[in-house]
This record gives sequence, structure tokens and C-alpha cells, in this order.
Amino acid sequence: MATQHSRSAARIMMAPAVVLLLGWMLIPLTMTLYFSFKKYLPLRGGDLGWVGFDNYVRFVSSSAFWPSVQTTLVIVGGVLLITVVLGVLLAILLDQPLWGQGIVRILVIAPFFVMPTVSALVWKNMFMDPVNGLFAHLWKFFGAQPVEWLSDAPLFSIILIVSWQWLPFATLILLTAIQSLDSEQLEASEMDGAPPLARFGFIILPHLSRAITIVVLIQTIFLLAVFAEIFVTTQGSFGTRTLTYLIFQRVLESQNVGLGSAGGVYAIILANIVAIFLMRIVGKNLDS
Amino acid sequence: MGQITLNQITKNFGDVQVIPPLDLRIDDGEFVVFVGPSGCGKSTLLRLIAGLEDVTSGDITIDGRNATEVPPAKRGLAMVFQSYALYPHMSVRKNIAFPLRMAGLDKAAQNAKVEAAAKVLNLTDYLDRRPGQLSGGQRQRVAIGRAIVREPAAFLFDEPLSNLDAALRVNMRLEISELHQTLKTTMIYVTHDQVEAMTMADKIVVLQAGVIEQVGSPLELYHTPRNRFVAGFIGSPKMNFLTGQYAAGYDAATIGVRPEHISVSPSEGTWTGRVGVSEHLGSDTFLYVDIDGVDDPITVRSTGEISARHGDTVYLTPDASKIHRFDKQDLRIA
Ligand SMILES: Nc1ncnc2c1ncn2[C@@H]1O[C@H](COP(=O)(O)OP(=O)(O)O)[C@@H](O)[C@H]1O
Ligand SMILES: [Mg+2]
Repeated sequence: MATQHSRSAARIMMAPAVVLLLGWMLIPLTMTLYFSFKKYLPLRGGDLGWVGFDNYVRFVSSSAFWPSVQTTLVIVGGVLLITVVLGVLLAILLDQPLWGQGIVRILVIAPFFVMPTVSALVWKNMFMDPVNGLFAHLWKFFGAQPVEWLSDAPLFSIILIVSWQWLPFATLILLTAIQSLDSEQLEASEMDGAPPLARFGFIILPHLSRAITIVVLIQTIFLLAVFAEIFVTTQGSFGTRTLTYLIFQRVLESQNVGLGSAGGVYAIILANIVAIFLMRIVGKNLDS
Repeated sequence: MGQITLNQITKNFGDVQVIPPLDLRIDDGEFVVFVGPSGCGKSTLLRLIAGLEDVTSGDITIDGRNATEVPPAKRGLAMVFQSYALYPHMSVRKNIAFPLRMAGLDKAAQNAKVEAAAKVLNLTDYLDRRPGQLSGGQRQRVAIGRAIVREPAAFLFDEPLSNLDAALRVNMRLEISELHQTLKTTMIYVTHDQVEAMTMADKIVVLQAGVIEQVGSPLELYHTPRNRFVAGFIGSPKMNFLTGQYAAGYDAATIGVRPEHISVSPSEGTWTGRVGVSEHLGSDTFLYVDIDGVDDPITVRSTGEISARHGDTVYLTPDASKIHRFDKQDLRIA
């Protein structure tokens, strides 16, 4: 298709989109880099000049840094584990011919359409409230002391909320993957004497491996930036301060734009490491 | 051993009866071919025997044991699917070894059997490849290998050659026939291609809409088709059917003549017609001749070369001893 003429026409027509996207990415990135080398305290003197790598050193040497990295990893890992495991199970369930399939599928997908802020508020007030929450009532019904979810098990609570939001996404991708499995393969393995669990382990799970990798890749990138759920529930207290939340606090609560920007650069590097790592896995998967 | 008896089995999908009550006996060591047009229930029948579908009513007996309620893995049958159904993420070796692994054989015994099967099927060089890296014919052989290692009571094949190109199909046909000679195991083979049925079968089962039209050896079906459907389905090119005045002379509602039982002459004969299309294959010539009062052209097969051209008038003479007569119900008149 590519004559010289059509290629240059294509370039001209793509140019506005490319310029817009580049600007969209490059301007914030450049500004973050710019501020990260400055001492910039908007409420305490404004721009106080260049400081070299000072912000970078201070950001990682602060006592809050490593715990926040750990919290981030725990949340990302926990949510991935829950959504992938439950996603596979739900996908298998939804793949069975069952009554009211259409409605069940819509219900399963629904949480994905709820804004993170809203869903976190709903969970916080409707389910996890130690006085009026549904869980509290349930606990009381069985004669147990209601749990103060957000202070007693804050990390777990946040993982639960975020998992609830991302489960539909995982389920949807895994369901389409399961539906693409050739049913003759399952029948062949059945005739070969594989019991249900072996059919799952030897046929279904390997078939799903690529879809699982894709779910992990996409979710990781979004989960590294989880913010609203923490903001409306624990506000970063009780050991729920993730890297993203730490950066937010540095910029807005401590009004230290330079320090926050340096954190932002670290976050960019971290996300890219994860992305490269996962791209490799996906690439390997796609090759075979 | 591999003796299978179907006793009054039926199969319904919802309200639709795909297999009306059906009886069939398959003897040990036989090569049985189920043949019939697409959608006539061949696969369904095979899957009922395999246990992948439950019968709606009736009994299936395998080697004297009632197998109606026995799960597929326990019936001792191996199936080769149309799509081959190989496990894409396992090597050829692992694919073939899979049933052995499921049966709990140790690694050494697995390998010995896999390698023996690979040798028979010319797969030795490909054992470490994935199915995706094999050609269609090789995949087919892996699927057969996976069936062989189980040493089943019977092999079930569902249109195994339909995904191969014509030349390869002829090859694999021979290979499967040879395999049957070597193993002497019962084989049930489903196809819609009557050439495959004629060339491979000891016994052909002709099906139409789930009903067995006739069971018999290839030549029995060729020489004495029980009804018009079987007569038209078996044999290539198809049998010619004539009704009305042409049949009346033979005291029948319909008569059938195979293309190879009609002789052509430029000067004299029983029927007069005009040549439509002529196909020259060198060894044979097929003429499609239009004769008055018959809608479809009559196909004539002559050995050697015939210099008939489009529009020529020719005279056809059927071999009187090879004419098949059918009554109003399309049944054969003896
Ligand atoms: N799982 C099923 N549910 C409903 N109808 C089916 C099912 N499987 C097959 N059929 C119907 O049964 C008939 C026979 O199908 P099949 O045995 O696959 O035919 P064949 O293999 O001879 O082409 C067809 O009309 C088909 O539509
Ligand atoms: Mg079929």
C-alpha cells in the first residue's frame, strides 16, 4: 500500500494526533524533571533555586520511603492475586451454561463502571463502618465484636476494595480467553483419562496463561497509581501510604514541589521497570 | 477386543430427535465407516459411542459389558478429532504421553511407548516440537499416536482427513488402512466422503437423518443398494436416475444406471441425446448428455478417449444386467 505519496499523506494526517500526544506526555514529564532539581516551596518562599540531586537523595533517605514501596507492592500483589484467582474461577463459572446468564454477566461486570472514589466511599460507609456497616451487623448477628476494618486491617480493607473494582476486568478478559478454548481439546483430555482437576491444570490454565499475563500487566500499571481508594478511606495512615500517596503528601501537604517531583521521577522509573519486565513475559508468551 | 453393540439407542437435542431408535453391531477387528451427508448425525453417533454425549434411551455394549453409563475415559476407546485437538502448549512427546501420564505410568514406560508409537508414525524427529510447528499431516499423525499408545479396544475417527489437502488425504488414507492391518483393532471412521468409505471400509454404514439406510461391504452397497438414496450416495460419479417412460419399460418407478454401465455410440443405441459438457481425463472421459424428458444430464463414463464434442448427437445404451430398479417408495426391486 505504501507508495511514497500515500506514506507522506499518512504522516501529515497523523501529525496532529502525534503532536498532541507527545505534548500531553512531554510537557508534564519535562516539568516534573525541571521541578525535581529545584528547591520549590510555594508557601515558604517559592522558587529557591537549583539544588542538583538533593531532592532525590532526600526522597529515598526519608524514613517514609521504603515502607511506602513495601505498601505499594503489598497492595499491587494482593490485588493481583485476588483478582486473578477469583477471575479464573468466575470465568469458568460464567462459561457454564446457566440460567439468566446475560444478567449475571452484566452484574459481574458492573463494579468496573463505578468510579473508584464512589466505590471506596460505598465500601467505607456501607460495609466497613464499625457501627452501621453491613459487616458490623453481620458480626453482631453472630455475636461477635464488629471489626474496625479501616484501622484494624487497613491494608487488607484497601486491597479488598480495589480487588472488587478490578475483578470484573480480570473476569472479562479471562472469560473471553476461556471461550476461545477449543472444546475438542477438553473432550480429548477427558477421553485420555484426565479428571476435572487435571483438565484444569493441564488444559485450561495453560490456555489462560497469556490472558493472565495480560491481566497482570495492565492491572499492575494501573494499580501502581491507586490513589482515590486510599484518599477517601485511611488518608495514608495506618501503614497504607503507597508511593503515589507519599508523593501526593510531599507536594500538597508539605507543599514541597521539588521533593514530590523527585518522587514522581522515581515512580516513573519504577513503573517502567515493571512495564519492561512484563512486556518481556508477554513477548515470550506471544512467541511460543 | 473391541466388539460394540448399539441397542435401540436414540438421541434428542432438546425437542429434536437427531438419532431415532438405532441398532448396530460392530465386530471385533472390523473397519466400520459411517458415511452420510453433512448433518445426518454421524458425529453424534460417534460421540454417543465415545461417551461424550449421553444417549437419550437405549444401551451401548462394549465387549459384552454395558457401557451406557460408563464415563468416556473408562470405555477403553480412543478418539481422533477432526481438529486433531492436540494440546498446543505441550511438545509432541508430551501430547502422545498424556494418556499414559493420566493412567499413572512411570516416566520410563511412558517414553518407551511414546517412542515406539513415534517410530510407527514417522514422528521420531519431531518429538520435541510443539504441534504449532508441524504440518497438517504430522499433526494428524500425532493425534493418531496419542490414540495408539492407549492400546484402546477401538479407535474412533471423526472426519480425520477433512482438513488435509487432496494429495495428503490419499496418503493418510493408506496409512490409516495400513495401521488397521497392523493393529487389527476395531476402527470406527466417520466421513461424508464416499470414496474414503469405499476404499477403507470392511463394513459401511450409510446414514441419512440419523437413520441407517443400509449396512454392508463396499461392493454389496455398490451392487445391491437397498434404496435410491444409497444407490445415489455410493459410487462416483453418481448413479443416473430415470423415471417416467424410461423406467416404465423396466416395470419400475425409477431406474438407476451407473455412468460406467452406459456405452456411447455415434450411430445407434437405446437413448438419443446431445452432448453437453465433456471432461477428458486421459484415462477416462466423462460425458454429460442431455436426453429428452430427463431434467438432469445423464453422466456417462467411458474408458479411453472419445471424440465427442459439445452439441454432438450420441446414442446411449445401458448395460441391461446392471440396471437398478426402484419402486414408488424408492426401494430396490430385486
Ligand atoms: N450439541 C448439539 N445441540 C443441538 N443440536 C446438535 C448438537 N450437535 C449436533 N446437533 C444437530 O444434530 C444433527 C447431526 O449433527 P452431526 O452429528 O454433527 O452431523 P454430521 O457429523 O453427520 O455432519 C445436526 O442437525 C446438528 O445440528
Ligand atoms: Mg460431523
